[in-house]
Amino acid sequence: MSAESAWLGPEEWQAVMLSLQVSIWATLAALPPAVFTAYALARWQFPGKQIVNSLVHLPLILPPVVTGYLLLMLFGTKGPVGGALQQIGIVFAFRWTGAALAAGIMAFPLMVRAIRLSVEAVDPKLEQAAATLGASRIMCFATITLPMILPGLIAGAVLGFAKAMGEFGATITFVSSIPGQTQTLPSAIYTFLQVPGGETAALRLTLVSIAIALTALLLSELLARRAADRAGGR
Amino acid sequence: MLTVSLQHALPGFGLDVQFEAPPGVTVLFGRSGTGKTTVIQAVAGLLRPDQGRVALQGEVLCDTSRGQWLPPHKRRMGCVFQEGRLFPHLTVRQNLAFGQWFAPRNAKRENLDRVVELLGIGPLLQRRPGHLSGGEKQRVAIGRALLSAPRMILADEPLSALDEARKAEILPYFERLRDEIGIPMLYVSHSAAEVARLATTVVVLQDGQVQRQGSAAEVLGDPAVMPAGVRAAGALLQARVARHHGDGLTELDAGGVPLYLPQIARAPGSMVRVRVSAHEVILSRQRPEGLSALNILPGTVEHVRTGGGPGAMVSLTTPAGRVLARVTRRSAQALGLEPGAECHAVVKTVSIAPEDIGGGGG
Repeated sequence: MSAESAWLGPEEWQAVMLSLQVSIWATLAALPPAVFTAYALARWQFPGKQIVNSLVHLPLILPPVVTGYLLLMLFGTKGPVGGALQQIGIVFAFRWTGAALAAGIMAFPLMVRAIRLSVEAVDPKLEQAAATLGASRIMCFATITLPMILPGLIAGAVLGFAKAMGEFGATITFVSSIPGQTQTLPSAIYTFLQVPGGETAALRLTLVSIAIALTALLLSELLARRAADRAGGR
Repeated sequence: MLTVSLQHALPGFGLDVQFEAPPGVTVLFGRSGTGKTTVIQAVAGLLRPDQGRVALQGEVLCDTSRGQWLPPHKRRMGCVFQEGRLFPHLTVRQNLAFGQWFAPRNAKRENLDRVVELLGIGPLLQRRPGHLSGGEKQRVAIGRALLSAPRMILADEPLSALDEARKAEILPYFERLRDEIGIPMLYVSHSAAEVARLATTVVVLQDGQVQRQGSAAEVLGDPAVMPAGVRAAGALLQARVARHHGDGLTELDAGGVPLYLPQIARAPGSMVRVRVSAHEVILSRQRPEGLSALNILPGTVEHVRTGGGPGAMVSLTTPAGRVLARVTRRSAQALGLEPGAECHAVVKTVSIAPEDIGGGGG
C-alpha cells in the first residue's frame, strides 16, 4: 500500500479503493437477479413479459441523471422504500451502499443482455434430457444450464463491473460525491478537474482506471475461454 | 405394463391413440409425421397431451380428466433420443453417472462397470462428447438412460441419425438390453428392419391413429400393414440354428424346413429371427427343380390382396410360419393363386440380408 500511497495521494487512493468496493458489490449483488431475469426472458412465456423486458432496459436508455433522481426519490431517507429500509437500519442515501445500488442498477441491463444470449444458446433439449434422468428444475439449472452459460455469465459480469466502475451520472445525483464516502473514481476525476492544479491527480486516476479496466478484460477473456472449452465439450 | 390413451391436436391432424405395452420391446411403427414422437414425449412427461391417461404398472403418470400430472424427473423413464443429447460439458463418465445421482436409493440399480462393459464404452470414459462419433454417442446415451435406474426405456428413433454401418453397430445393444437386462422398452421406429429385430409387440400408427397392434410375427406377417411402404413389407420367421457348413453357409431349421444363409455367428441350437422381404420371394405352383435358389418353403395360399396397382401381395402359410410374397397381379392370375392353393415360396439365400437377422429373444 505504501508504494501506491507514495504515488497516489490519500484522497485519490481512497477513491480507487471505494470504486473497487462499490463495483464489486454492485456486480455480485446484481448477478443472481440478472441470471434469473435473463433465464426467465429467454425461456418462459408469461403475461407482461414485454413490460418486464422494457423495465430491465430502462436504465440503459434513460439519462443517468434521471435514474439517479428516481433512486433518490425512492431510496432517499424520505422516499417510500428508503424510509421503510431505514427502520431496519439499511440506509442508501449518501452512503457507499447507495453508490453500489446506483452502479448495480445501471449495470443490470448490460448483464441481463449478455447472459440472456448465452441462455438462448443452450439447447432446451439438453434440459429435457436431464429432467428425464431425474433432475428437478433447479438441479437441471445447476448442473446443465449454469455450467453451459458460464462464459456468457462471466462476460456479463465483467461488462457490469466495467459499467459500475464508470458509473457517474446516477451516482453523483443519488449519493453526491463525498470524499471517503461516495466519491468514486469518475467523480474524483471530475472533482480534481474542477480545481486549479488538479490535472496531474486526474491523470493519475485516469491511468489507474485504464489499468483496472484492462486487467478485468484480460481476466474475463481467460476465464471465459476456459469455461467455453468445457461447455463446448473439449 | 404401460397403458397409454392420448388425444392431442397436432398441426394438420389429430393424434388419438390407445395402446398397451406389455413387458418386452413395444415398437411404435409408422411413417414420419404420424405422431410417434408426440406419444413418446407424452409418456416421458415432456409434453402435456390435450387429453389422456398414461399409467405404468398401475401408477398414473398423467390423467388429464383428474388433473394428475407427474413431472418428467419423477417418472423415471430412461430416454434415448434421436440426437443423443449428451451433456457437452461433462465427460462420458459424468454423463453416465448423471442419472445415478438422482435415482432413488431403493431403486434397482445397474452397475456402472457392467453397463460400460455391455456397451463397450470403457475406452471412452474420460472423453467429452465433442470427441465421440455418432455411434459412440448413442451407446453412451443408452448407458446413461440405463444407469438412471429407469422403470422403462423410451427410445425415439435412436438410430435414424446414423448411417447404415453405425445402425448395424448400435442395434445389437438394444437387443442386449432386451435379452440380457430384460428392461421393458417403448421404441419408436419407421424402419421395418428395426421392428423385425427388436419388437415383441408392434403398434402401427397411421395418421395419428393406431392401425394395428399385436405380436411382432402377427403384425409383420399381415400384408395389410405396410406403414413403411410395399417394398418394406416382409414376414418374420423363427428358426433354430441347425449347423454350420464348411462352404460358408449356416443351415437353419424353420419348422422342419431347412433354410440356408451366409454364416452367422450363432451357436447351433440357438434361436434366431429371420426376416423375409416380400419382394424377394418367388412363387411356384410345382416344387421347382434345377433352380439355384436353396430355400424353398412349401405352403398354402392364405389370401391374395390386390390394390390399384399391378402388384399383388400373397400371404402363404408354411411350416416355418407366414410368408409374404410380392408378385404381379398377372402372375397371380396365371398361376391360379387363390386361398387354399398349394404353392412353393422360393427365397434366394442372399436375400435374407444379415442386417435383418435378429436374436430370437422375443
